[in-house]
Amino acid sequence: MIFGAVLAGGTGSRMHIADMPKQFLMLGEKPVVIHTIEKFLACAYFDCIYIGVHPDWVGYMFDLISKYIPAFENQLEIVTGGSDRNESNLNIIGGIEEKFGQSKEHVIVTHDSVRPFVTLRILEENVAAVLKYNAVDTVVPANDTIVTSKDGEEIYEIPNRSFMYQGQTPQSFRVSLLKELYFSLQEEEKKILTDACKICVVRNYPVHLVNGADTNIKITTPGDYKIAQAILGGKLD
Amino acid sequence: MINHIYQLTGVKTLCIKYEDISFSKDVIVQPEYMAICHADQRYFQGKRDSKIMCEKLPMALIHECCGRVIYDPTGEFKKGQTVVLIPNMPPPNYGTIYENYARGAHFLSSGYDGFMKELISIVPDRVVPYQDIEPEVATITEFVSVAVHASERFDKISHEIRDRIGIWGDGSLAYVVANVIKLRFPMSKVTVIGKQQKKLAQFSFVDETYTAAEIPDDLQVDHAFECCGGEGSYYAIQDIIRYINPQGTLILMGVSENQIPVETRMVLEKGITIVGCSRSGRRDFEYAVTMMRHSNIQQRLKRIIFEEKPVSSIGDIHKAFEDDMFTPFKTVFKWNL
Repeated sequence: MIFGAVLAGGTGSRMHIADMPKQFLMLGEKPVVIHTIEKFLACAYFDCIYIGVHPDWVGYMFDLISKYIPAFENQLEIVTGGSDRNESNLNIIGGIEEKFGQSKEHVIVTHDSVRPFVTLRILEENVAAVLKYNAVDTVVPANDTIVTSKDGEEIYEIPNRSFMYQGQTPQSFRVSLLKELYFSLQEEEKKILTDACKICVVRNYPVHLVNGADTNIKITTPGDYKIAQAILGGKLD
Repeated sequence: MINHIYQLTGVKTLCIKYEDISFSKDVIVQPEYMAICHADQRYFQGKRDSKIMCEKLPMALIHECCGRVIYDPTGEFKKGQTVVLIPNMPPPNYGTIYENYARGAHFLSSGYDGFMKELISIVPDRVVPYQDIEPEVATITEFVSVAVHASERFDKISHEIRDRIGIWGDGSLAYVVANVIKLRFPMSKVTVIGKQQKKLAQFSFVDETYTAAEIPDDLQVDHAFECCGGEGSYYAIQDIIRYINPQGTLILMGVSENQIPVETRMVLEKGITIVGCSRSGRRDFEYAVTMMRHSNIQQRLKRIIFEEKPVSSIGDIHKAFEDDMFTPFKTVFKWNL
């Protein structure tokens, strides 16, 4: 089966906009997370869509679904998110296996709830790629020169830009593979994980690339939120 | 959800506009294939009058499209069902006239966003299901429906002597009109008059073809369809008035940016009926998708389709329009945006 996983576990600490996690802020006529879920619902391939939400916001998420997309309640499952992205993914996988059983056929397309501009094309290419390659990342070529520094004061290295990409989401995996690789990691290795694809990279499992889009922006800061509102023609306040 | 609309904002300039669409009372369709019409190309190349360009842009181009249903609140369509979309948007009440001529009707991709979108949210009445047609062929249903509409009007208006029907033009429109006329009026002989022998060679299913320079003096047609448009309209209409039999019906279909002089003396003398035909409505679409299920019709339509590589970026849209300039017939492309 093919599952969507919308990661909405953030608590909005970087936004400083009221007390509302960023995925619940209004973008146009509806909250950011609803835009994202709707795009997953529009994708014909998903058998079920999971939403990982911080325990404090589970009830709120239920209310949003009832208010904005009540017709789709039976296609959506809410699970509590973990302490980080990978824990949330595992919680979602737990929810999947509890309801649908374990299977090597299960694949999961995980996505930041705060990337509501994701396109159907990106979702569909992730599905096609994960069925073929088992592990997929969505990237865009780096437009800016990437500079690395170890101390934040001097350049350590300027890698060849033609090899540089910026990671976006979705990130997609065969469920059995992701579990197997994750549980093979030592605690020290888990600490350096910045995203789910790194689990594969650490264990030398090849991750296929899908072209993202410059427009697939992540709403992380108040500035991003203003840009997103402006793009959609909404008010900036 | 946030929908991406690929709008033409100026000559050969495309930008993405974002709109919020919801799962509500409209059907949501994911476009699968699109075809370029001359009208789209004229906007893209800036060949419309600059005042018209200013009035109508920005807007998404393309009014020939097939796709799959993503969401349908009416229960009329299944999820994933293959459909074609009607770009004509009539007002609620338009009496007994055809929907495509109704006052207050508007047309998507003419002052209103066409189908160049990630998803199309459209009233259920503008969605027509199709089956047993390859999608790249189904894409040109709107184009075929225009020919169907013209044939319908011809059938209603022209007198019953239809031994020979003339079609002036050797492009895509003439080709499709010839197909519809041959199917709908099998007892009539169809004669096609064009400019290029090479293009006329495609019309293997009609009874005779002539280049405009070699029309026999004694040619007589009972009725005629003008499918040239542009500069060619003038010469075609002139020829038709000359070769048409008295009280024949002349169906005008080609679009011209300029005014065309017409030899009205001969129109009067022969009692010719001139009928303007443009666009189409739901009934024409329904007839078209039925007609296109015939495998021989599909095979013929395929011969005028040039399939461009799939469009996955704005750069690909530019390439499709540029390649279309050098394609004698219809440019069709898979929509991956």
